[in-house]
Amino acid sequence: MNTHNCFHCGLVIEKKEEIVFDQRSFCCNGCKTVYEIFSLNGLTDYYNFEKAPGATPQDSKGKYDFLDNEAIVNRLLDFKEDNTHITSLYIPHIHCSSCIWILENLHRLCSGISSSQVNFHEKKVRIIFNPDTVSLKQIVLLLNSIGYEPYISLDNYDTKKKQVDRSLIYKLGVAFFCFGNIMLLSFPEYFEVDDVWLNKYRGFFRWLVFALAMPSFLYSASGYYVSAFKSIRAGMLNIDIPIALGIVVMFIRSTIDIVFDYGSGFFDSLTGLVFFMLLGRLFQQKTYNFLSFERDFKSYFPIAVTKIFGNEEVAIPVYDVVAGDRLLIRNSELIPVDGILMSAATSIDYSFVTGEAEPIIKKSGDKIYAGGRQMGPVIEMQVLSSVSQSYLTQLWSNEVFAKKDNRTYKTLTDTISRYFTPVLLLIAVVSFNIWIFIDATTAFNVFTAVLIVACPCALALSAPFTLGNVLRIMGKRKLYLKNATVIEQMAKVDTIVFDKTGTITTNKKSEIIYDGEYIDNKERAFIKSLLRGSNHPLSRRLYEFLPAAQLLPVDDFKEITGKGIQGTIDGFYIKIGSAAFVGEDPDTVQQTNVHISINRNYQGKYVFDNQYRDGLSELFAQLGKGYELKILSGDNEGEREVLQSLLPKGTELIFNQKPEQKLAYIEHLQQQGKNVMMVGDGLNDAGALAQSNVGISISENVNVFSPACDGILDASQFKKLGWFLKFSKNTIKTIKMSFTLSLLYNIVGLSFAVTGNLEPLTAAIIMPLSTITIVSFVTLMSNYFARLR
Amino acid sequence: MSVIYLLITISIIVALLFLYAFIKAVRQGQFDDYYTPSVRMLFDDETKQNDNKTNKD
Repeated sequence: MNTHNCFHCGLVIEKKEEIVFDQRSFCCNGCKTVYEIFSLNGLTDYYNFEKAPGATPQDSKGKYDFLDNEAIVNRLLDFKEDNTHITSLYIPHIHCSSCIWILENLHRLCSGISSSQVNFHEKKVRIIFNPDTVSLKQIVLLLNSIGYEPYISLDNYDTKKKQVDRSLIYKLGVAFFCFGNIMLLSFPEYFEVDDVWLNKYRGFFRWLVFALAMPSFLYSASGYYVSAFKSIRAGMLNIDIPIALGIVVMFIRSTIDIVFDYGSGFFDSLTGLVFFMLLGRLFQQKTYNFLSFERDFKSYFPIAVTKIFGNEEVAIPVYDVVAGDRLLIRNSELIPVDGILMSAATSIDYSFVTGEAEPIIKKSGDKIYAGGRQMGPVIEMQVLSSVSQSYLTQLWSNEVFAKKDNRTYKTLTDTISRYFTPVLLLIAVVSFNIWIFIDATTAFNVFTAVLIVACPCALALSAPFTLGNVLRIMGKRKLYLKNATVIEQMAKVDTIVFDKTGTITTNKKSEIIYDGEYIDNKERAFIKSLLRGSNHPLSRRLYEFLPAAQLLPVDDFKEITGKGIQGTIDGFYIKIGSAAFVGEDPDTVQQTNVHISINRNYQGKYVFDNQYRDGLSELFAQLGKGYELKILSGDNEGEREVLQSLLPKGTELIFNQKPEQKLAYIEHLQQQGKNVMMVGDGLNDAGALAQSNVGISISENVNVFSPACDGILDASQFKKLGWFLKFSKNTIKTIKMSFTLSLLYNIVGLSFAVTGNLEPLTAAIIMPLSTITIVSFVTLMSNYFARLR
Repeated sequence: MSVIYLLITISIIVALLFLYAFIKAVRQGQFDDYYTPSVRMLFDDETKQNDNKTNKD
């Protein structure tokens, strides 16, 4: 076992915080406790399936009190009878076989649970429990204590149970049934030996095949007719039109063939086609579902709030809050509605809504707005408006988010199919007109044969297969995209806008290390006292970093902008500031330092750990070659020089941007005809992320994301951004190559059709063959490109 | 009546039975989650072993 990583969660252990228990090392008490729970219950097998599978349990004090409210609990239950309740909880942490194992063994941790079942793809656990022995709240707390915190939000609260859509699987099953049987029954026709036996039963076989083709034609393929009809009505030519046309024509032609005994018809190709296309669709659906982005903004709202009735505190659903209510907001809870602060001063973090500002101090009687995160101790507030009217909802119902859904992207497939259908019809009509002078029956045959053989199933499959595969590959490398069109959009990007805080810098509070001669506590107190007077960001950070000390009065305090501060405390003359200010040689290393001198003696410096992400310079140097780079920041210009030295020339730096300004800036770029990719950290630039062509949010923890974005990139993979962009371009290249290939197949098929030589057997070979080669081609190519550096 | 009619009828009936079985399986939700059951199948043995172990201890 690696001694430097936590046995439970796999985090690197800080030496001084290491906890050794049962000969294993843990990073914190939380992890140790979970291990203790498991080992007491004989569940340590948990650690055998996967190395360090756990998560550190989060503090849950009071957080789930709303589960005491019966109305809320009832909404969360799937099934309710005397002593059997069933609930489904969404647990974002579910990620490996260990998770499945522990969650399905919950009954060993808690006697009231009779069984539990995990759905891995939906990250849900379905728990059957006895309400007499255990309450939902206790279960949630249990899950929380073992690091599997369920995610309960308004979403769960709102939605009626969604019926699982299984129609595609039914269709696929029916299609395969028809296809398989028809293939077997068609064999006699393939070897067209003119013997008595075959002639005798020909009619029987053909009508049987006809009957078997009906379910496939009427039921399995119905999705294509609907889609084709919709797209015609919308005035767009999508790829489903030629497919639906091909299927319908194939069916009519084949029926006529057997009615008038012209031949065996194309029922085998028809059912084969339907089957293969549905198979492709299923693959697509499964891949896309796994990366589902169903959650919306409401997920960020608290589901219940604590209301104060006289001396009582009651948890009530957030929608029941009305103006005039008094609410209790605990530390780090979201403020659900606008209101007036009734208790002592507190600080509120509005980064969620407005930008990257520091927490704002609010005094008693101040107005506080929805969406802020309460940072101080418990507060009380008086509600001014009910939930739906509040500022946050307004911000979120901003048209930008709505626009996103309707914005029509012209995908590659759509573009091609726009030309495909007219060209196809043209070929069919032209060859019909030529043949009509030679032979009327052949002319009819040729006309239908063209429509049949050109049925662009390979064309329709190549894009979804490539994109689906690429989504999977990217997901494995920790870029999770909302859907496949994002890849096409990514390939088109020419301008990349980065947000600063949380995006190119890490969210973790940067470490401050002292480097120099020893300073004792008294001297430290001097430094802290002096820093207190300064409002410079570095002073503030250092002030907070230094341990609490007796603060002393400062005489002759002076702050020299851009240099440092000085003052006399208790007879000591202290200077804090840049190297030149304290009389040292300027820094040579690219670091943020604060130097200290006491009585003109240089003591040492506080080094602010570089807070920029690893590989930032390399990434920008790499991207700078192909893209226009911009940095938008909500902060002041303090970091301009550092950034300029880190980033390639020509990177535009824009500071002091409010969220609306960021949004406007992106819009401005788009008006200049640029395809903008916005890389941000989530909600505080939500507007800009939604407005951009591709909005990627960088996340230290993938389970926390902004619904406005098109993709989430795990922070550790930030330096690979260039690779992802290159990969997306190669993906489009792959799709184009496969289009060419499938068009080649079509030309071969058409050459048979136009000359009037299309035999059912030829169609039965050429059509599945093209589909299979195309699918394997795109899979191989995208895997190959993924391996390129 | 020729035996071929009989044979083909039987074969179609068998195929229909399988189709029915498939649809029934889908309806029961057997196709909703492909991953978890495959892992779960491996667990049972482990749990039993574990029980034995704890008994011995």
